[in-house]
Amino acid sequence: MSNLNEGSILIALAGNPNTGKTSLFNRLTNTHQRVGNYPGITVDRHSGNFELPKAGEVEVLDIPGNYSLSARSAEEQIAIGALSGLPPYPAPDVVVLVVDASQLARNLYLALQVIELEQPAVVALNMVDMLDDEGREVSPHALEQALGVPVIAINAREGDGLEDLKAALDRVLAQPEKGTPGARWAHEDPLLQADLLAVHRALPESWKDGRAHREEALAAWALLSLGDDDELQRVPDDLRAAVAHRRRLAAGSGRDIDEQLISARYEWIDKHVAAATRHPNRSSAWSERADALLLHPVVGFAALIFIMGFLFQTLFSWSGPLIEWIDSGFGSVSAWIVTVMPEGTLRSFLTEGLIAGTGSVLVFFPQIMLLFALLGLMEDSGYMSRVAFLMDRIMRAVGLHGRAFIPMLSGYACAIPAVMATRTMERRRDRLLTMMVVPLMSCAARLPVYTLIIGALFPTGGDTGWIDVQGLLLVGMYLFSTIIALVAAGVLSRTLIKGPNVPLILELPPYRLPQARVVGRMVFQKGRVFVTEAGTVILACTVGLWLLSDYPGLSDAHAQPLDARLAALEQAELDPATRAVATTEIQRERGALQREHSWAGKLGHTIEPAIAPLGFDWKIGVGLIGSLAAREVFVATMAVVYGAGEGEGATLSKLRKKMREEKRSDGAPVYTPLVGLSLLVFFALACQCLSTVAVVKRETGTWRWPFFMLGYMTVLAWVASFAVYQGGMALGFH
Amino acid sequence: MTPLTSLPPGGCGRLLSLGGERSFRRRLMELGLLPGTEFRLVRLVHVGGMVEVEVRGCHISLRMSEAEQIEVEAIAP
Repeated sequence: MSNLNEGSILIALAGNPNTGKTSLFNRLTNTHQRVGNYPGITVDRHSGNFELPKAGEVEVLDIPGNYSLSARSAEEQIAIGALSGLPPYPAPDVVVLVVDASQLARNLYLALQVIELEQPAVVALNMVDMLDDEGREVSPHALEQALGVPVIAINAREGDGLEDLKAALDRVLAQPEKGTPGARWAHEDPLLQADLLAVHRALPESWKDGRAHREEALAAWALLSLGDDDELQRVPDDLRAAVAHRRRLAAGSGRDIDEQLISARYEWIDKHVAAATRHPNRSSAWSERADALLLHPVVGFAALIFIMGFLFQTLFSWSGPLIEWIDSGFGSVSAWIVTVMPEGTLRSFLTEGLIAGTGSVLVFFPQIMLLFALLGLMEDSGYMSRVAFLMDRIMRAVGLHGRAFIPMLSGYACAIPAVMATRTMERRRDRLLTMMVVPLMSCAARLPVYTLIIGALFPTGGDTGWIDVQGLLLVGMYLFSTIIALVAAGVLSRTLIKGPNVPLILELPPYRLPQARVVGRMVFQKGRVFVTEAGTVILACTVGLWLLSDYPGLSDAHAQPLDARLAALEQAELDPATRAVATTEIQRERGALQREHSWAGKLGHTIEPAIAPLGFDWKIGVGLIGSLAAREVFVATMAVVYGAGEGEGATLSKLRKKMREEKRSDGAPVYTPLVGLSLLVFFALACQCLSTVAVVKRETGTWRWPFFMLGYMTVLAWVASFAVYQGGMALGFH
Repeated sequence: MTPLTSLPPGGCGRLLSLGGERSFRRRLMELGLLPGTEFRLVRLVHVGGMVEVEVRGCHISLRMSEAEQIEVEAIAP
């Protein structure tokens, strides 16, 4: 966590959420951005570089948006550490405080905290164009007088005022005292002064630098942040004890330290905001009128359903052509390699391992990018908070947070971005619970599997009726997975992942037109994470799978009779067409035999006893193992196992035909509708996605939760499939 | 003893005291909802169990069950 080049100038960007901080960051750095990680915490560390006229190249760090420096979680703790240079963070040379002029009072609360810390600062007063329409006016000059630090009016969306801001940064870098006026308010209560003094004495040496006001501000931070249930890191026990002692004393005399500290700041703010603002704040009337509809219990829900419907339509229909294009693109590359390369291990590795693997990663790419873009639009426009507002009661019923709705919904596309989307939740427990159930939502990778099984084993509505069994079944699978996910959340929240019902405080920011720049950058960055995180796992699994199903080669004992038949065919007097058919048939047999005796085949046989009670044979077992790379690989694996990829015609319809024709040793068909149903249920519930496991490991920082997830979902899937198959048998379905 | 949720939608009030756990009270105060602060109740949605208030130019929404622990007095708009 150090500057890229030691000794370079570091500028920190701080501000409330929805203030234009991200817009400003994008404007300043343009394309020179990096995404890293804070040590030990899964919060992305966004930094970039830009040029200052005098100081030259500087690094800028985008501090996660927050309303205050006080913290109770390790994630919130980043702000105080990175802004004041507590170990292990380097101290910034200047802090740019992004302040939204339309919400001046609340924004200044954070600004005051930073100024108290004696961190050289510059205020970037973001004046959104909307402001003028409403006749409000904030005077940067008056604000500068009050705060004692340079205040520069900017418009972050349009990029206005950036040159002034840069000049101010240069000035403060040259003369730090110009941005370091010291604390703006005094603690008049002697009891509070005694609290601060006692906590000040208990501060660890590494937090002290001899500046008394800064240390007093850190003491105030500790008094406000430390408590019985905080999740803060690197806080020495002495400090905790001192804070606990002073808080007990205060409580004994009926004093509320939190209220004293916070209201002292707001008293100062109220006094000076009035001086800097020409008209009193009025609410954003336009947003409020929109909310009268969008938060309405009937109209608002209808709008939400409409928007979600649009989202689904986009994800599943409109991304179709792109997906097919990518799919067929990889297909043609494979086909081309087959024509130009001699048969052998390398060709097989390239086509069945490398290209197939890359293809199965990228085939999801359009859908996932679209999902990110749509979620980005919802977030940047301010609608996301409204979704949490509408959905909170329903989500709360199963122990989930209102903000869990969007990750759950994203789960319909792919669990990986959905798990990453849980970061908008503040409490670790809420995040964990959501992550554990998100993979139960029917993701896009299950769709090809559903389509294969339903198409092969269930009748279409045809001309007989208007109810289409296949379509109904597909809708049923989505409904089933959603209900199970909610039930699982309900059960987990009352047992393993118990926690207090955390109060919800939602800010409803004014609606804004989303910015292509902001959304585009988010899509790009998340897309890159998807490709690197999930992509590598999927690719590695596909290559591993290729190894398992291609090795070892056929033993001589098995190969000889087939070779002999081939040789005999060569000798026989046949017309070329018949000979070609017979040759293909023998090669198919040879392929099937090889796969049965490959490691994958052996694995399939090994797990057969475990899956036989569900109605599955070893070939399905091979498919299940294969689907650990990614569920849709099941279709490809089954095509390989049944040799449906060879010869003319569409693979999918050939595979369905072969599945219907497949017989057990006693002549009964392997695939009955009951087996199909059991398989559908298994796929809906099992955690057959190692990428999800890997991402949950990354997000939780431990192997415990991803393994728990894998375990409970596998058990759930097995039990449910067992119940379906054995129950069906007992009821006389076969 | 008037809970916040008993104000009429659109009505104004002054906050008297905050209830609930510490981090909830702290966050509300840091958002500007302090004892003595005047605010406007923007809407009450009984079906969703949510309430929205405007304080110091910001719109904040809370669950009704949690907002019931906030005591207020009605004032003229």
